[in-house]
Amino acid sequence: MSTLTSLARAMAAASGTAQPACTVRHVHLSPRPLVFIPLALAGEANAPLAALVGDDPGAPNLLVVPEPRDRDLRFAFAADLAAVVLRYTASYCADQEPTGGRDPGLRYADAPQLLVPNPGGIAFTRLLGRSTRFRRAEGPYAVAESVPVLGRWLTFFADRTESPASSLMLAATDALSAHWATGQSPAEDRNLAVLLGWIDPPPGMSGAQAAALAEDPLRSPPTGPATDPTFDNEVLDQRILAVRTARLTGGGRAYQRAEAALTDALATQLTPTWTLMWRAAELLRGLPEAAHVRRRWDADKDAFTWHAGHIREGGPPQPRRDGAVSAAGRLANTERVQEMVAAQRAFDDPLVMAEYRMTGEAFAGRVAAAEPDRVDATGRRRVLRPRVTVETGDAVLAEPGATLTSPARPSQKARVIAVTEANGRTRVLLELQGGMGRALTPEPGSVPAIGEPVCYAAFGDGYQPPPAFPASEDTPWTHGGPPPRYVPADEDAREDWS
Amino acid sequence: MTGPEARLARLRGRSLPRSHNARTIAALASNPGCARRAILDAAGADKQRLAAYAGFPAPFGQSRFALARGNAFEAQVKAEGAAQLLTLLRTHLNLPIPEAHYDDLGEVGGNASLDLRHARTRTLLARAAASQDEAGTMFDHPLLRLEVGGRHAFLEPDLVAFRLHGRFHVIEIKSFAVIDGQADGDKVAAAAIQSAVYVLALRDALAEQHIPPEAVSHETILVCPENFSNRPVAVSLDVRKQLTVLRRQLSRMARIADLLDLLPPDLTFDLDPDRDGVPRRRPAELAAAIRQVEARYAPECLSTCEMCFFCRDEARGCTAALGRDAREELGGVEHVQTVLRLAGRIDRPAPGTDLAEAAALLRQAARLRAEALREAV
Repeated sequence: MSTLTSLARAMAAASGTAQPACTVRHVHLSPRPLVFIPLALAGEANAPLAALVGDDPGAPNLLVVPEPRDRDLRFAFAADLAAVVLRYTASYCADQEPTGGRDPGLRYADAPQLLVPNPGGIAFTRLLGRSTRFRRAEGPYAVAESVPVLGRWLTFFADRTESPASSLMLAATDALSAHWATGQSPAEDRNLAVLLGWIDPPPGMSGAQAAALAEDPLRSPPTGPATDPTFDNEVLDQRILAVRTARLTGGGRAYQRAEAALTDALATQLTPTWTLMWRAAELLRGLPEAAHVRRRWDADKDAFTWHAGHIREGGPPQPRRDGAVSAAGRLANTERVQEMVAAQRAFDDPLVMAEYRMTGEAFAGRVAAAEPDRVDATGRRRVLRPRVTVETGDAVLAEPGATLTSPARPSQKARVIAVTEANGRTRVLLELQGGMGRALTPEPGSVPAIGEPVCYAAFGDGYQPPPAFPASEDTPWTHGGPPPRYVPADEDAREDWS
Repeated sequence: MTGPEARLARLRGRSLPRSHNARTIAALASNPGCARRAILDAAGADKQRLAAYAGFPAPFGQSRFALARGNAFEAQVKAEGAAQLLTLLRTHLNLPIPEAHYDDLGEVGGNASLDLRHARTRTLLARAAASQDEAGTMFDHPLLRLEVGGRHAFLEPDLVAFRLHGRFHVIEIKSFAVIDGQADGDKVAAAAIQSAVYVLALRDALAEQHIPPEAVSHETILVCPENFSNRPVAVSLDVRKQLTVLRRQLSRMARIADLLDLLPPDLTFDLDPDRDGVPRRRPAELAAAIRQVEARYAPECLSTCEMCFFCRDEARGCTAALGRDAREELGGVEHVQTVLRLAGRIDRPAPGTDLAEAAALLRQAARLRAEALREAV
């Protein structure tokens, strides 16, 4: 949040219509995402109740646990879900492409993408992954072979959400509210139906009106994983009880009837969200993709390729907890990536860059004077060092000696030589280096011309190499020494799921 | 009768009084400037019912599944003189408890009056604090008291206080799971602040007997189901930070008596029930009565206060309704319309004022935003 986005919220509140918070889309959106809407039983750690899942808006798969407290039925649900999810991920394990760069390897040409309604959906996915990935297909409490594989994939998707650069799994509310500002608080933006009301109201209605209507849980059931308590108390309780009674009294037609009634009730809660999810995907797709998104998606494809190979080659499931070295590496990586993504977003999007202009970390203006052919002859070798003067009305924090980068010429460095102020405007004298070809005269267009609008920021979008950490087997004694290699234990496979 | 008690009784009207609990005190302490919540809670008014009757039913309820699960888990760990809990504490706290006493303070000789129960809780706790007995004692259903806005609020925790090596530990039983040593951060935070309320109340009770506050440990014990099972696991929570926050917020709260003085003497939230208990008061009239008490709405109220939709409706057009951060980032300007007039240079405040500073900020933001959107087209 910043003054700019808060101003956008104020404008949205006054006009009753959501306002753009970005001019381009900063997340990748698959042409064929897998929409996953889980519902959980209230009060339990991770008791799946039902889910609507699929990659075709016209063909959702409705999965239901008729008795959510029954362990076997939960694993049957996991097996049903595995059938859908594993078929979907497998469909991306065919076409390959070169990874590019210095690495001669191959990767899958595209990657799967999981879309859930909200951050709660990500948390549910993580827990479902945790409760299924250690199970075994043989021995006591055996489960279907696909169940532990499902657990590993769900864990993989949920883990990737920790990286701000990844789009392998997205929560619709997060993605939408990053691109639009509504006239309500961020807390209220976590309701997908309400958020979409603001962004895309039905004809003849303002965003504020549509949002107010969408707050009614009867009209727009909660988008999960939590259900509406009134629905729990007035509908779900009786229908689950009917299923339980029918099972105890011998099943047969009564059981089928009770199960069908429960399925119908859960479908009424899930179907509206299914429509909302595809509308959210469509709205996001309507925004032009930001320039750096493709590069970040390539990294997602690399991660997907690696994980698919790891499972195929019989590698162990993700451990319960990270060791000291991998935790430190993960944290350092997240911080580094966060900085990189923030810079890339600003370079791709003038509305995001405006936030940095507000704080003085960037400024924009016009070139007032230019010496494009200036050569510095003071050193051992004559070098091309053009100078330009930028005049701006923005606040400028940069001081002489600082190095700046312009989104229009990211490979060129601009060193601040002098900053002067006159009549409320600031003139910044910059000396340019790089990105102009090898000769002593710059290539056409490589130096900004007089009158050209330009923007300079105190950060670049460049790749920062990860810091060096010891290998896991060299973990120093201060951090507990090398962690024991994770070996799946029998105990994990038999763990309670009550 | 004109004292604060009589005034509060009049405000509540003919409905049954609701008592405070750790959750309501924690919620109140998170928004100490809200006179509406302070008054309604002090009067013991049924906020859920009032909000619904005034046309703004609260957006939350409790699922019977969650309720059943919570009760079942608590009953399970407390069953048979808290046998499971004892085993757990023995390993968790490394307790040498070959034999431990278990005192149920739920009733006093069949009499469950609040004052009597509180007196008995105090006596027993003081006796335990004074004794040299090394065996631990668990107190189930103690009744504590905390001063909130200059009035005593009774707290009826379902917790158990445990005495060990001369110190009391507050134990909180929750039914959310701890999975691989980690639990939902929001839920742990809520449990920590509730435990802190009990620590504070327990310290108050002992202070009356001249027992120093260190007798109650700032390390409370949270008991939750482990992983995906029903097996309980105990973790220690350090609630020092929550205690500081709570103490500060409670001291910032205006005295209820002072707040009452600001209200018209005949104000009441009574629903005017007929002989069958059916309310006859006009909802608009009730709403007007509620509006007499000033509220301080923030979006955080949406998850903690039954009156939230009522207050949100009232706060429409205020920057506070967009979130505390938003209001601050908009230069602290109160109304959305003022923000837009300042940003659009329609209002030009005199230089040197606070508003002029906010205006400069907003004008710059509006200029940058407009420029960026033009550039993107």
